[in-house]
Formats: sequence, C-alpha cells, structure tokens
Amino acid sequence: MTRDEVQAVVFEAIKHVAPEAEPESVPKDVDFREELDIDSMDFLNVITAIHERLGVDIPERDYAKLYTVNGAVSYITAHCTR
Amino acid sequence: MPSLGADMSAGTLVAWLKKPGDAVKRGDIIAEVDTDKGVIEVEVFHTGTIERLLVEAGTSVPVGTPMAVINVASAAAVGSAPVSEAPKTTASARPEPRPATARAPAAATAAAPEPTSLHVAAGASKMPRLRISPSARRLARELGVKPTDCHGTGPGGAITREDVKRAAGASPHSMPSEVDAKTRMRRAIGQAMSRSNRDIPHYYVAHTVDLTDTLAWLSAYNEAQPVPKRLLPAALLSKAVALAAREFPEMNARFEHNQLVPVAAINVGMAISLRAGGLVIPALANTDQLTLAEVMAGLKDLVARARRDKLRSSELAGGTITVTSLGDHGVQSVFGVIFPPQTALVGFGSPSLRPWVVDGKVLPRTVMDISLAADHRASDGHRGGLFLTSIAKHLSRPEEL
Repeated sequence: MTRDEVQAVVFEAIKHVAPEAEPESVPKDVDFREELDIDSMDFLNVITAIHERLGVDIPERDYAKLYTVNGAVSYITAHCTR
Repeated sequence: MPSLGADMSAGTLVAWLKKPGDAVKRGDIIAEVDTDKGVIEVEVFHTGTIERLLVEAGTSVPVGTPMAVINVASAAAVGSAPVSEAPKTTASARPEPRPATARAPAAATAAAPEPTSLHVAAGASKMPRLRISPSARRLARELGVKPTDCHGTGPGGAITREDVKRAAGASPHSMPSEVDAKTRMRRAIGQAMSRSNRDIPHYYVAHTVDLTDTLAWLSAYNEAQPVPKRLLPAALLSKAVALAAREFPEMNARFEHNQLVPVAAINVGMAISLRAGGLVIPALANTDQLTLAEVMAGLKDLVARARRDKLRSSELAGGTITVTSLGDHGVQSVFGVIFPPQTALVGFGSPSLRPWVVDGKVLPRTVMDISLAADHRASDGHRGGLFLTSIAKHLSRPEEL
C-alpha cells in the first residue's frame, strides 16, 4: 500500500471513533490524540479499526510510535503485508 | 417518559421506532428521546404489542408522562392490559409497577395521568424513523434546530449537515429562544451537582496504590492478545470497584426519602466526557459478575455509543456507584461530586512514575491516587478508608479480577 492509501485508512479509523474530528487539519508531526481529544479508549478503538481493516497487528509497546499521523503511516506502511 | 438520571426533568420524543400493532419484547429499543444529555434510545420493559402511541415526535413531555400503551400479551395476565412505557429506573428503590391487571398505567411516578386522558394525535403512528446522521444530529443540537424541521435530501431522504444548516438559515429568528445543546447540558449537570452539594454531606478519603506489578501483569496479558481483545487499566479499575462494593453495600446504594436503600445489583457507572463538552454516566450492568474481557468490551461499547448519541435508557438510569477516571490527562487526583441518589463516587488519578519506598528502599514505581467521595448519611470515613483499601487489594491481584 502507498503512504497515501495508508493515511486514508488512518483518517477513516480516527473519524470512525470521533465522527466530528477533522484529522486532515492536524499537523502530521504532532500528537493527534491531544489535538483531537482522543483518550486511551478511543485510541484503542482507532488501533482496532486499523487492525480490522489492514490486518496489521500492533503490539502495545509500539503504540507510542502511532501517536502522530506521520508516525502511524510509517509504522503501518512498514508492517502491512497487504 | 423515563427518568434517565437525577438531572432530567423532561425529554423530547425524536422518533418512534415501533408503530401500533408491532410486537415488542423487554429490552427492545422503541423510541429515541432527546434529553439534556443527548439523544437516548429508550428500551421497553414489557413484552407485548404496541396498542397506541401517546406522544408525537417533536413533543417535549415531563418525566413520568405515559408515552405509549402496550398490550401485555401474557397467558398469565388477565386479558388485555395497557402498560405505559415507563421503565423501572431504580429497580429496587421504587415499587414494582402495578401488575398488568388494572386498566391503569404502571408509570414510574404516581402523579402520571391516565393514558386514556391524553389526546392521541392522529397520524402519530405513521411517524417514520427520522433518518439523520450522528454528525447532522449533533449540528442540529448546536444550532438549535429541530431535526423534524429539516428537509432531508440525503440518501433515502436522510437529513444531512447541509440540510440542518439550511433549516437553521431558514429560521434565524427561532434561534435565540432555543438554548444550545452545550448550555442545556451544562445546566443539567449544574442542577444535579448543586442538588448533590446541597443535599449530600460529602466526606473524602484518599489512598495511593503501587500499580507497578498490576500494570506489568496487564502488559503481559495484552502481549498474548490480538488488538480487539486487549484490556485497558479502566477495565481493572471498574471491576475492582465492583468487587469491593460487594463487601461495602453502603457504598453501592441509593439515599432516597431520608433513608439508605441498599441495591442488590452492582452497576458501575463510568463518567465519560463528551468532546462537545459535558459528560454522561452510563452504567455497566452487574459489573461484579463480568469477566475482565466482558468489562472491557462493555466499557468500549459504552464509550463509543456515548460519543455517538446511542446510549440506552437503562444504561443511564441504572448506575449504583460511579467511577471517574482522569488518568488520561495527567491529573494526579480527582475528588468527585456524588451523582444523586447514589452514595459514593470513586476517583482515579493518573498512574505516574514516582519515588516510592519498597522494603526500605526508594524505588521508581508507578503509583496512582484513588479517592472516595461518600455520603456521610450512609457511611463514615472509617468505612470509606476500608473500602479504598479493598479496592487496592483487588487491584493488586489482577489475575483474580
């Protein structure tokens, strides 16, 4: 998958959890959890949505690598086998 | 109109999801009601057939007003008996609805009028379910527009955000009289909390627990689980409170009519903040009897639905003790205000790395503050302290939760 395709999945996952959020408006290198008021329960739901969509298994110890849009896209692109 | 908490006095029917002649069973969602806490799905507490709908969509009625007549189709019942849709919001604290033998509504409030005295609006039964996206519904609330006033142009006539904006623009003069949703929610919270601070003699106790081993257990547990089955500390906290509440019934109770009414079920309510502002406190039924995986699934579901306006009436009215956790925001401690008529609220701060003395040595440990706000009419600080100790004990044995 291209980075753009992965980014679209990430945005979709965030919007699924926070329908009123506009992840596109968040600078790509800042913690989107703070920008969009995503708590730990929401974040787990984002990770779950990405997992269900792409089959990427993200261990808990790697969560911190996905706190920014760029970080999430890089991580998923590197680990996605589809 | 069910009461969905101490802070609710009235609700507006958004849509009926059933029509006369439809068979319903206990637990079915039959209507959507707009309250100060957002749109709530109302469940039916009887099995039978809808005989009549008494309230039209768009109408605001006080709590206790009969909304529909249900013909209870039970072999044991004497013929046909109407029962108004008024769930037992406080199962053990209020008298059981009258048996389905009298031609009278078993409304939650004694003062509720006979359904037969209400005008039945012609055509109310044909009221279709309003098709509107959660985002458009939210916008409608923000703009003070009634969804029923919007003309839907989306797929299947669904109301879109654009339709809401158009309706708002078409009736600019109606806006000043409509109080926006945020203000309504702040008022509702203000009323409930003012009542709490006025009526409940609060006392507070606090405790600090070393969570290091518990969190290590949790990490190891999650390591072996696929993403959808992983647990968050919130599940452990709710379960630990539920188990401790078994040992301290005065913390899992209601204080009503000048007396302590114990509640058999332990339904831990979770304070959930909403991004638009305000909070709701849905409860997880029988939390003490659920496995950690079930508690986690339940909490995830409640949070997701709370933020999408999809909570059910029984969830908002059923709490017996409340948990508030500000752990995500780096808050060290939180001292809550009891949600009446409950008698206790447990507050969890943020787990944080601090110097801690273990076996005579100062070590970096992850510790967390736990607080209790409790009703002095129901218990004393001594019992409150023991209750917190019990929560800490259960947290220290996560494999038994």
